[in-house]
Amino acid sequence: MSMFGQVYVKDNKYRIKGDFHHLTPNVPIRNADEGWKLMGVTNPRDMTYIHSYGGEAQFFEALGEGKLLGTRCDNPDCEFKGTVYQPFRIHCADCLGKNTVFDMTKLAKTTATVHTFMVCERAGAFNTLDKPIKFVNIEFEGVDTILMSYLSVGDPEIGMKLLPIFQTKNPTCTILDLSWVPAGTKAEELPEGFTF
Amino acid sequence: MIKFSKHQLKVPKLMRPVYMVTGGQSKFDRAIPDKRTEELCIDALTMAAGLINMSPAELKSYIHTAYYGHFADHFGDQLLGEAVIHDRLGLDPLGTIGIKTGGATGGSTPWEAVKAVASGYSDCTLAMGWERMDEVPTDEGNFLISCAADKDWESPLGHIYTGYYAVMAQRYWQIFGKAEDSFRETLAEISVKHHGYARMNPFAHSPKKITVADVIKSPVVAYPLRALDCCLMSVGAACAIICDEKTAIELTKNSSHKPVRIWVSAASHTLRPADRRDMDIPLLPNETPDQYKDLGKRFPGGDRYPGFTGFLAARMAVWYGYRMTGVIDPNEDLDLLELHDAFTISDVQTYEDIGVRPYGEGRDYVESGDCYHMNPKTGEPGKLPSNISGGLIGCMHAVGATGIMQTFEVASHIWNRWAEIHGDEKRWKEFAREKPADWTDLQVKGAKRGMAISHAGVGSHVTATILMDPDNLLKENA
Repeated sequence: MSMFGQVYVKDNKYRIKGDFHHLTPNVPIRNADEGWKLMGVTNPRDMTYIHSYGGEAQFFEALGEGKLLGTRCDNPDCEFKGTVYQPFRIHCADCLGKNTVFDMTKLAKTTATVHTFMVCERAGAFNTLDKPIKFVNIEFEGVDTILMSYLSVGDPEIGMKLLPIFQTKNPTCTILDLSWVPAGTKAEELPEGFTF
Repeated sequence: MIKFSKHQLKVPKLMRPVYMVTGGQSKFDRAIPDKRTEELCIDALTMAAGLINMSPAELKSYIHTAYYGHFADHFGDQLLGEAVIHDRLGLDPLGTIGIKTGGATGGSTPWEAVKAVASGYSDCTLAMGWERMDEVPTDEGNFLISCAADKDWESPLGHIYTGYYAVMAQRYWQIFGKAEDSFRETLAEISVKHHGYARMNPFAHSPKKITVADVIKSPVVAYPLRALDCCLMSVGAACAIICDEKTAIELTKNSSHKPVRIWVSAASHTLRPADRRDMDIPLLPNETPDQYKDLGKRFPGGDRYPGFTGFLAARMAVWYGYRMTGVIDPNEDLDLLELHDAFTISDVQTYEDIGVRPYGEGRDYVESGDCYHMNPKTGEPGKLPSNISGGLIGCMHAVGATGIMQTFEVASHIWNRWAEIHGDEKRWKEFAREKPADWTDLQVKGAKRGMAISHAGVGSHVTATILMDPDNLLKENA
């Protein structure tokens, strides 16, 4: 019986358990217009990758704890000292110094505003979000960049005030653990597993 | 804040003149089950040889190094596909390299080939691009394309690249388009134009006679973008032969056209639009420092540059390219364009980035009729026709080949061979396509200079390829 691939780290090495690929047989592709002559073959492939979040791991971990972490360049020698990044950026884009990590949950709760948005009726394979997907790009006071995320309740509009919500119950440990709702949304309106 | 140093703003200079001698392309389609990629590449190279009355073997004997562009190993399911194609073209053991810059791959590939010639390393190079996008169905293809976004931060959001453009479209639509129905119609007009021009192009994947209403009624993909606002997902190959002057003259001695001068410039901007930081607008030679002072007043919210409404990489690619070649005003100095119309909205955004219209006024390029082969408002030739090939919306987007196809299309006008290449009955039959009864010669009369813009997802890489008739240069020693 197959088992999903599982990984943990010990002594800074990956330890793996289970199946990281699943076999599905090839099948021929034939031409119905020309006596079913052979044209090609399918190549099924189902494989699990092992991916490191590296220095961003703390950001993804914090989402499951209901916190939004940002970063800031505090290098006194940087021409652009004070640049604040959300998305969380490990190193300053200007001086390449290591940024300071800070908790910006409160800032997000008080200043998050829709910069732009879109409503997506289609999705690519492996999408796990319900359609239509409502993308929101979010500005925060004092933050130099504009985060891309998704709205879970209501319909977006430019300038709308938002609140962050977090998948704190059974987090996926992905960016999907962070979502947004219009200011004024009640706790009972949040999707399953999400909290303010 | 992005700030340039003087070193970063050096105007590029080629160490010797570089020429595009010939080019070729395969048929483009959503799927080409009866041909392997190498067959498509051989079709393109054979066509290139034929246009200068040489056999493929004769032309190959001049090639010194080869530059191969294909965007996605995972689309073709073949790592190091460049080595496969190089072998099948019989070019071993020449030096070769693969180039990948997403949607701009077809522009970056000649960028490398041009630099190899300009530096003196090679006298004759092959720039060949292709994409095999029919090895997966469309939904899986959308997933693979979305892998070109940031895999941790953006790809999981729907795995649909159109969405990452649509947020820019929404902002542009509301700020600069003022959410007007008339602006929506202008976007639709672009799709009508490009599908319509594709009808005259036997290579094209999606020729269609459609109306503005058809576009506006087409299914929503990512609002405000609809299916007919979006580019194609194609299979095909295209190539260009790029040489120094001596080789260019020798190769064209039996050809009906002379070689064209070629320059390629390139720029980049963050793959993750979320990381865009504000900066001053880098000005083009036809703009003034005061020009954008009241941009935020005229278009409230429009003063954040590049924000989500401009493509900084496109702006910087032409910032370098225009200065390199002496272009002051593209409307006056160029005769035609091939733009990377990944979406109707990004086409409009690009008009502004490349200085065809000032920021905020891109729609006027369409509404004035200047972008047409024949201006529908005046009945006269369009001032600066664009995407006569049909572009990515009507002709194709076989990603690694796209920028080369655009360059070849511009060259075909400067060579005054557009009608011969696109009107040939034999070619229509060979591609099992019906030449329309109302087929029209779209040659831009007297074309001497043109430009192709190649653009990768959300503007992460952009190249500007400028072609000029060697007797009609704008700048000495360019």
